[in-house]
Amino acid sequence: MELFVASPILFPLLGILLNVLIGKKLGERGVGWLASTVVVASFAVSLALFAQVAGDSEHAAVHVKVLPWISAGPLQVSWGLLVDPLSSVMMLIVTGIGALIHIYSIGYMHGDPHFQRFFVYLNLFIASMLTLVMADNFLVLFVGWELVGLCSYLLIGFWFTELKNAAAGRKAFVVNRIGDVGFVLGILAIFVTFGSLDFAEVFKAVKAQGGALAAAAGVITLLLFIGATGKSAQIPLFVWLPDAMAGPTPVSALIHAATMVTAGIYMMTRAHALFELAPFTQQIVALVGALTALVAGTSALRQLDIKRVLAYSTVSQLGFMVAAAGLGAYVASMFHLLTHAFFKALLFLAAGSVIHGMGHDRHTDPQDMRNMGGLARRMPVTFAAFVIGGLALAGVPPLSGFFSKDEILLAAFTHQPLTFLLLGATAIVTALYVGRQLILVFLGEPRTASAAHAHESPAVMTAPLIALAVGAVLGGALNLPGGGWLHHWLEPLIAEQAKPLNLPLAAFFTALSVLALAVAGWMYRRPERAAREVARGVGLFLARAWRIDDAYAQVVVKPFYFISTVCAQVVDVGLVDGAVNGVGDVFRRLAQLVRGLQTGLVRNYGLVMLLGAVLVTAYFVVVR
Amino acid sequence: MDATSFVTFLSAALFVIGALGVLLRRSALLIFMSVELMLNAANLAFVTFAHRWGQLDGQVTVFFIMTIAAAEVAVGLALIVTIFRTKRSTSVDELAQLRG
Repeated sequence: MELFVASPILFPLLGILLNVLIGKKLGERGVGWLASTVVVASFAVSLALFAQVAGDSEHAAVHVKVLPWISAGPLQVSWGLLVDPLSSVMMLIVTGIGALIHIYSIGYMHGDPHFQRFFVYLNLFIASMLTLVMADNFLVLFVGWELVGLCSYLLIGFWFTELKNAAAGRKAFVVNRIGDVGFVLGILAIFVTFGSLDFAEVFKAVKAQGGALAAAAGVITLLLFIGATGKSAQIPLFVWLPDAMAGPTPVSALIHAATMVTAGIYMMTRAHALFELAPFTQQIVALVGALTALVAGTSALRQLDIKRVLAYSTVSQLGFMVAAAGLGAYVASMFHLLTHAFFKALLFLAAGSVIHGMGHDRHTDPQDMRNMGGLARRMPVTFAAFVIGGLALAGVPPLSGFFSKDEILLAAFTHQPLTFLLLGATAIVTALYVGRQLILVFLGEPRTASAAHAHESPAVMTAPLIALAVGAVLGGALNLPGGGWLHHWLEPLIAEQAKPLNLPLAAFFTALSVLALAVAGWMYRRPERAAREVARGVGLFLARAWRIDDAYAQVVVKPFYFISTVCAQVVDVGLVDGAVNGVGDVFRRLAQLVRGLQTGLVRNYGLVMLLGAVLVTAYFVVVR
Repeated sequence: MDATSFVTFLSAALFVIGALGVLLRRSALLIFMSVELMLNAANLAFVTFAHRWGQLDGQVTVFFIMTIAAAEVAVGLALIVTIFRTKRSTSVDELAQLRG
């Protein structure tokens, strides 16, 4: 049983082992299909486990302790895996979308000299993310958390021969570490407060003690939230995610849709019992999420790189999820995570297909939207996929994004006016940038030779697009308003009042979204506008993401470099080197004094020996 | 001057001649022979004193010294041969690589 429950994690690890050992012999096709097969196998086992939980009348969790780990006095941690309604949904997302991305990568990475290394990293990513979501205690969750960070570093910097990519990988790693400090402190605080790290024991204690824990819960949740801001790319730590575009496009899809960034949302949903005890933290979470949504959404409005638009869009949508968690609407948050996983993976893979198709002329940047235009006729499948993903993102009914976004907006509407305003504005901005991107990329006339010679991608790439498009269309059915399936499914964990559809609100935002799409269409009927408006002023400000990166450069990076320079040139050269060289000098001078004695002539040594012998003899004869 | 004193002086003279040979000669072979001379000067002194005091200890010691000298000859000659092979001369002044 233990082995069966652990097998979703073990399959990708097996894939890594095989690909490392015999990958060279398997060849490119073999490596790719092997890596994809193991993830599909993980998906199958996840499905079986999901069925097992669903088949149980109480939805009882499957809980196994695979191996003991730490046993030190009160600290008892084991490698325990937990498959309950929440983690089983996450497992399906991770392995299902992960498998599609693996298959897509076979086509996208075709001909890359490091094909084998890429798939080893991808498999490791899936295994890490599964460790994260299947953990039954905070420490194992943290192991997955860190492994995911490592994988993102490896994959973002996959084409590390270009300095820019390596720097982006390093930035993701360092920024995540900053959030992790908060997360580690949060875990320590949990252990100090509850004397255990197991989810079951911690949340049982939370239930039993309730309000008595309010102060401790406030500290713990704030620290956990700092961790979530790093991993789930919220203000102030979201800066790594747009740079993470440096990685190959399937990696962006994997990081942004199925894994990594959802970790923060998952962790907060998992620990929702704690968050509910800390209303102050909840307020902060909701506001940070809503603010991130708006800042990133407006930044997406003025990006020129096809992937950067999607990157800021991801940050913005993550803001929606975080805000929902802050509003206590955890089901809505998970629901949006699920639908977002579908349509954002779809958008990224479609964008990858566009980049793939634009590869005609190596002198034009295949990711710059100024170089595109008129791709709809040349890449019909990709176009259809992008339209579906984009409309789902913009929240046009009946696509999946409409339902999940509406649920979050409704929660904000009834709880916090400020959050509602921010999120509502973001919803409109979202439709604007989706419209802008669709027009710049697919409509109009081709603006370069690359766009004119663009071609549809092979079937191995379009098939995952179609599968994801189906998910993006139908995903909304998983949680229809008024208590849908997901709501009932998560009920054993999250008891929440289901809200019926607020028709005026939904109609209002649908009308606004459609209007915004139309406005974008009218604004960019001349595509040259896109290049013009980022040149200066507000456009430049937004294109540089509210200059937050620039601010960090001034406030953090510059002083850090200054301190480093002082350390290197004054402290190291003067103090450390001075001391070491000084000691060496003293001995050299001393040696200079006596080196003359060593003439190397045997006769001299003999003479000294003789004189010595004579002196000793004289001493005995004369003195005694 | 009795016989004992005379032979003791002779032994001392031989020892000094040997020591001067070691210190002044350049040829490794001659230095080696000088060392032998010093050893035998010591032997002479041992035998003289053994005779004077009517005890066998000194004579036994001489046998030890002769044995050791024989062994030393074997090692010393091997060294000289090796030195000659590498340097093409037996002058000890040329073996001054350890000069500080």
